[in-house]
Parts: sequence; C-alpha cells; structure tokens
Amino acid sequence: MTSRRQFLALVPGALVAGGAAAQLDPNIQALRAAALEAAIRKITGGKPVRAGKVKLQVPPLVDNGNTVPLSVSVDSPMTAADHVAAIHVLTEKNPQPYVVSAYLGPRAGRASIATRARIADTGRVIAIAQLSDGSFWSDTVPVVVTLSACLEDGLI
Amino acid sequence: MARVVVNVPPRAKRGEVIEIRTLAGHVMETGFRRTQTGELIPRDIITQLVCTYNGVEVFRAELHPAMAANPLITFTTVAAESGTLEFKWTGDNGYAATQSAAITVV
Repeated sequence: MTSRRQFLALVPGALVAGGAAAQLDPNIQALRAAALEAAIRKITGGKPVRAGKVKLQVPPLVDNGNTVPLSVSVDSPMTAADHVAAIHVLTEKNPQPYVVSAYLGPRAGRASIATRARIADTGRVIAIAQLSDGSFWSDTVPVVVTLSACLEDGLI
Repeated sequence: MARVVVNVPPRAKRGEVIEIRTLAGHVMETGFRRTQTGELIPRDIITQLVCTYNGVEVFRAELHPAMAANPLITFTTVAAESGTLEFKWTGDNGYAATQSAAITVV
C-alpha cells in the first residue's frame, strides 16, 4: 500500500517520465523510419536488397511482445563457394531497429537460426541475409502486437 | 553464477547437420525502461555469443536490447570431427560466461 507521503514523492518523477514521452511523440514515426533505413544502409553498405530466398517465421499475432519466437532460414547450399555469411533481424517500431546479427559460414551446414525477440509495437519485422557473393536478400513480415514490450512497467 | 545451458547432441554421424540450442540466464535490461521515480534503468545485456568447434569459430551472434530476456539462440553446424564445442557469452558490466559440450562423431 502506498502511503500519501510516498505517493507525493513519486509524483514529480512520474511527471518527468510523462514529459519525456510527450517530447518523443511528434515525429517519432519519421525518426524510427529513418533509424531503420540507416540500419539497413549500415548492413548493406548501400547495395540493393532483393526480396526472396529468406524465410522469416514470426507469429502474425503476438500476445506478449516481450518474448516473440522467430526463426530465419535462407535457401542456400552452404558450400564454401556459395553460403550465407550473415543474417540480420530488424524491427520497425522498436526504440532501436536492431534485434540480432548472426554470422555463419559454410560450416553451419544449413542457414537457419531461431531466437526470441522483444517487439514494441505493431509493425514490420525484417530479416536480411548477406550471401558470400555480396548480395543481400530479405523477407518482411507484418506483426500485430497486443501487449507491447519496453513499456509494460516503465512509463505507465 | 552466470547460468547457461547448451543442448548439443552427444553423438552424430560424420557430415550430419546438428542443431545446437543455447540459453543464457540474463535479464537483458534494455536501457529504455524507467523506474517508478522516472530514472532510466541502465542497459545491461549480453552483447555477443561465440561458438567454436575444436578451436575454429563456427557461429557468432551480436545481440541487441531487442532480444528477449534469457536469450535463446538456435543454430546449426556440420558434425565434422569428434571434439568439443565451446560457447562464450560476453556482455555489459563485465558479464562473461563459458560452457562446453563434447561431441562424438562416428
């Protein structure tokens, strides 16, 4: 039970947090889009990213954004001459776009990874694979999130 | 104190693709959450996992705050020869954990 005195001590902090949220709001979408674009450019070095070869599996409807199972597999023979060098997973609406970057080689045998991510809001999840010949391939999946990660007991 | 678990099949045929599952017990604090009094909770995450097979690196992952708590990472490798797989996690605030698993290739 929170006493009146404790409550009054908490109020300024809550106001500061609320203020921070209000300051973030106006063009947050543009900022996130720019951050995502910058992250993709950093991964690819400006090379074109083509759709295909990559299969990203994420549940389309996520109850709890704190733990979202996802798996990425890439259609590749995984030989020394033709293999997947890296798999990157990005999200559209998180405070930072990066989720995980995995670096594989021909010794992986199969280009498939699985992990669990936090997703802050309804939006796209993007997997980008870099092949040994320097080309980039991607898959994009729209995801609906009902309980957001990041904010559950922070700002509220 | 750092709790980590790896799941590697104990024996495999030569050339077979084996699936490896790794789990590290860690809160993966994002650095974006605030306390009740409005202060930011500093970031505290695992940033890297490296897997070596008899001393040769076969898998490396860079983790970011958007990884769920207790990061689970599943990947594959070719069973080339008998030996050990070494796993090394490193992270913020000097976090380091290692684990190894033996594999017999027939």
